[in-house]
Amino acid sequence: MSSPSSSGGSGNRSFPPPILLKIFNIIFTLVLTLLGLTAVTFIIGRVMPVDPVVAIVGDRASKEVYDAMFLELGLDKSILEQYFIFLKKTLHGDFGKSIGTARPVLDDLLHFFPATLELATIATFLGILFGVPMGVIAAVKQGKWIDHVVRVIGLFGYSVPIFWLALVGLLVFYARLEWLPGPGRIEVYYDGIVDPITGVILIDSAWQGEWEVFENAFSHLILPSLMLATFALAYIARMTRSFMLDQLSQEYVLTARVKGLSELSVIWRHAFRNVLVQLITIIGLTYASLLEGSVLTETVFSWPGIGQYITSSLFNADMNAVIGGTVVVGICFVGINMISDFLYKMVDPRTR
Amino acid sequence: MAEQYSTSENPIHRINAWLRSDAPDSIFQARCQRFYFNWLEFKSNPIALLGFLIILVLVLISIFAPWITGGDGLKQDLSQRLLPPSSKYWFGTDGFGRDIFDRIIWGSRITLFIVGLVGIIVVPIGMLIGTIAGYLGGWVDNVLMRFTDIFLAFPRLILALAFVSALGPGLGNAVLAIALTTWSPFARIARAETLTIRNAEHIMAAQVQGASTGRILLYHITPLCLSSMIVRLTLDMAGIILTAAGLGFLGLGAQPPLPEWGAMISAGRQFLVDQWWVATIPGIAILTVSMGFNLLGDGLRDVLDPRSGE
Repeated sequence: MSSPSSSGGSGNRSFPPPILLKIFNIIFTLVLTLLGLTAVTFIIGRVMPVDPVVAIVGDRASKEVYDAMFLELGLDKSILEQYFIFLKKTLHGDFGKSIGTARPVLDDLLHFFPATLELATIATFLGILFGVPMGVIAAVKQGKWIDHVVRVIGLFGYSVPIFWLALVGLLVFYARLEWLPGPGRIEVYYDGIVDPITGVILIDSAWQGEWEVFENAFSHLILPSLMLATFALAYIARMTRSFMLDQLSQEYVLTARVKGLSELSVIWRHAFRNVLVQLITIIGLTYASLLEGSVLTETVFSWPGIGQYITSSLFNADMNAVIGGTVVVGICFVGINMISDFLYKMVDPRTR
Repeated sequence: MAEQYSTSENPIHRINAWLRSDAPDSIFQARCQRFYFNWLEFKSNPIALLGFLIILVLVLISIFAPWITGGDGLKQDLSQRLLPPSSKYWFGTDGFGRDIFDRIIWGSRITLFIVGLVGIIVVPIGMLIGTIAGYLGGWVDNVLMRFTDIFLAFPRLILALAFVSALGPGLGNAVLAIALTTWSPFARIARAETLTIRNAEHIMAAQVQGASTGRILLYHITPLCLSSMIVRLTLDMAGIILTAAGLGFLGLGAQPPLPEWGAMISAGRQFLVDQWWVATIPGIAILTVSMGFNLLGDGLRDVLDPRSGE
């Protein structure tokens, strides 16, 4: 994608100021998207072949119990009314009770979400750490062997099924070489030593000075986050490369070179600065997609995150849990995308 | 000019001259020429050609699966359980003593079925919404694109999961779920293309002749959107394959005993440590095919869509 050239015509001062209009527009889109998301998940909940009443009271319940629950769930009301009730409950964070854990879905989500967040954040960080320099180098050395290597790595990261790569990683580094620990978030005997304050074990253990726990949790994180980072790395490297190529062919880069600036300065202080702005969006997109993409990785590593919660609930026909999880992940996904979009518009003066 | 390419005796020379003539006599000739020159350009890109070959092999394998394997990939033989790769069983056997090579071959049909069906569902829907929005503009455009944006903003995998769980596990439902979460970028692209050609002279000519909106959309705008749709579809194929394999891996896609590659990986998990080939080989198949689609898509984009080339 080429950088959009700023369009003219919005130069005259008008009321309301364009920036307010833009913010209003973003909020409007956000609200609309979230409404759409809840509507779709609501519809999914309705077409589910499981009778929600039977799922709660069981199929041996008497007619009276069944009818009472039918009314309590509001199933006698019109679909639209039911949707508004669902929406209202969602706004209050009330997703009902999970059948699997017999606890409110919201509590479950709060319990499982930090694990996913930890995994996705570290994977995104790894993706940036390796992906950005790789992309820049590939662009600078376009057509050389290093460029080809980066492109092959990118292609691999794009094409590989992450869950399979994760299995192979477990096979090689855990089962064969025994370099890294196996599935799970932490060894059983370290379980419960650290009080879950944030739920992110790395932060909690460091905060409470339990370095042994920290080390164990860290070693458990290496393999899953590396595997999950494959896609982030490929995507970020590829986009960085193409953004950099875009910038390096611009005239200001030529000017900088003609002025006699060192190549390092031209690349990092001139071209890369402009790429940085575009990268914000890409990184936001990556983060959001890793949050949801961790579902499969979590399954492979028995990682007690939200993805595993959703998939295990799926098989128990635990409708409340599935819908609650989908809504929460969806909101995070939409939110991160909007924030990165907003940041992009704030940082890049050309889009104002 | 017309006689120029009919003089040579050698038929290959004549066809060649016919394809290279700079004054085509018919629409058919012009189309053949465009295809020919695109092919020449495509052929000069070895990486794209590699992708094309991978997909070609995939198609051939799935067509000739009965002759290649001599079975249906479902035959169990418990005395031959979990045998390592050998000259008899090239890729070894799985937990039910089935030949993994056979199952990989038969699985190619399922993979092609999934990507083909998703493509058939997604392209017309995206085209319909995108061209209508782009051509009519105004509030229609606004409403349709808001609707598209909502789907564009959704987390695809999670939503596909929820859809499949609602509809029930199975190959058909997996395809439907993937299609429901894949169509939105196609609508966006079709709209963008429509916007650029909406005011072209040939559209105006059609309008002046009194062509109906439907006719203009179908015969004058849709054909011009097709190439960018094909490029996008090819590039999306890898993602579709990976999502389908992921659903299969979770047990929500194709159901056993169907030889779906993702489900095969899932089945091989329990033998991972001692019989590595059961889970590993289907993954290599997925990787190869999705890589093939990515390479092919990149190559097609360079040929068909010069604007977005590097």
